[in-house]
Amino acid sequence: MSKQAKRPLTQAEKRAKLISWGWLMISLAAALVVWFCLSIGEKTGRSFPFIPAVIDGMKTMIERDALWSDFCSSMISVAAGFALGFVTALPVAFLMAWYTPVRKIIEPWINFIRNIPALAYAPLIVIMLGVGRAPSVVLIWICTFMTMCITIFHGIRNIDNTLVKAARVLGANDMDIFFRITLPATVPFILTAVRLGLSAGLTTLLAAESTGAQAGLGMRIRTLQTTFETNAMLGYIILIGIIGTLLNTLVNFIERRLTSWQEKREEA
Amino acid sequence: MAGEAGRSVKIQIKNVKKEYHGDHGTTVALNGVNLDIMENEFICVVGPSGCGKSTLLNILAGLHEASSGECYLDGELIQGTDVKRGVVFQQYALFPWQTVIQNVMFGPQMKRMPKAQCEEIARKYIKMVGLEDFENSYPKELSGGMKQRVAIARAYANNPEVLLMDEPFGALDAQTRAQLQTELLKTWEEEKKTCFFITHDVDEAVLLAQRVVIMSARPGRIKKVVDIDIPYPRDQGTKSEPRFMELKAEIWNEVYQEYLEVRK
Repeated sequence: MSKQAKRPLTQAEKRAKLISWGWLMISLAAALVVWFCLSIGEKTGRSFPFIPAVIDGMKTMIERDALWSDFCSSMISVAAGFALGFVTALPVAFLMAWYTPVRKIIEPWINFIRNIPALAYAPLIVIMLGVGRAPSVVLIWICTFMTMCITIFHGIRNIDNTLVKAARVLGANDMDIFFRITLPATVPFILTAVRLGLSAGLTTLLAAESTGAQAGLGMRIRTLQTTFETNAMLGYIILIGIIGTLLNTLVNFIERRLTSWQEKREEA
Repeated sequence: MAGEAGRSVKIQIKNVKKEYHGDHGTTVALNGVNLDIMENEFICVVGPSGCGKSTLLNILAGLHEASSGECYLDGELIQGTDVKRGVVFQQYALFPWQTVIQNVMFGPQMKRMPKAQCEEIARKYIKMVGLEDFENSYPKELSGGMKQRVAIARAYANNPEVLLMDEPFGALDAQTRAQLQTELLKTWEEEKKTCFFITHDVDEAVLLAQRVVIMSARPGRIKKVVDIDIPYPRDQGTKSEPRFMELKAEIWNEVYQEYLEVRK
């Protein structure tokens, strides 16, 4: 690790950190105010009950033994779909970057499918694979694959060619260049891809569990819709948001550990 | 000294031509370039932008291929890159995910030397460029001048026979540039490696080189080769000597004419 990473924070940095936390708190407070206003409106209140009602709704779901199994089921689907997406996107992205025919064939497919909402073709996957977990996983796989593949591909293409030249004149062969230059230079883009992929996985959840799922956050939101149980529904929606934020924070943390060598642009 | 008898030819450039085929037809970057570079010689190449100086360096490095003609190192045809020909790039080209010492030991590691030996070599050249205290720093923590010192150390650590430098000090401020010029002169006088140094700064060329090659643009050709008969050791004080000013004026005029040609 660099010397810079080890040294304690300076006074100015502590202050900047405090200020940034302050803004986050203000943002949160403002959100609560808006939420509260929505909850007291006659019509808006139906859809946006305030915190106590939401907590009640979630308690009901726990009593029905639904919350935990929904959460686990969705996380398993997202994890499996994302994992499949990642291990397939990585090699395909490299092949696209290295071999023009591969890129010329695959890139238009991805750009075409990417613009179609997953919800539109979800039934096709279910008809093909039958009800159960498989269609959910496959749908998340497709969506995370496309996002990550394009991101990693552009990252590889943007590697500073001077670095490759520098390695070559220092006697590096193709293997050395892959492991010592291409791979480390791609790490920041891979992490961006992971961030976007996780987000794509969560946003596909609803479509993935739209038909035939036995449990899941997305499936439950749909079922609650039929009984107008907005308390629990809003709770589930917020839960998905919290999961997304936590995953994002985790990726940020990994990013700081792995790519501290990057020249950071000053934040505005 | 330049023109010293009995020195062997290190690099031979024979009738080199380079064409680029782009969307707007063919561009001739170099045409009919011939030059012999002696063992241990310090050659500077000056010329307006677009005269193909970098192209010539890339061909010598083996990063580009000539469209026709050949280059030889010790009579051996240059094909592809080789550790005998070290390169220093203007943009430093340090590996940002590696510390200073990891960057400098990259070359020896590619030769599959044991790690301890790689580190020993790296430390020697880091010391040469005066960055002992920054061994474990990352490039982002260094100034431009320090980065270029690391790049020079990295090139030296590979113990090349020839150093090819592509405007290495072009991006640095005047003071840092002067300091690095002085350091490079000192290193060259000690190690006497053959240097092929590209610059657009005529002062820099006259200060460093034994011979200055002036190139003309479109297509890039060698217009004139000027012997710099100022004895070494040289330093920044050399710049105020009458002979320095004479040579500088002569070369500057030639380059300026070329610049006007290009603007036409």
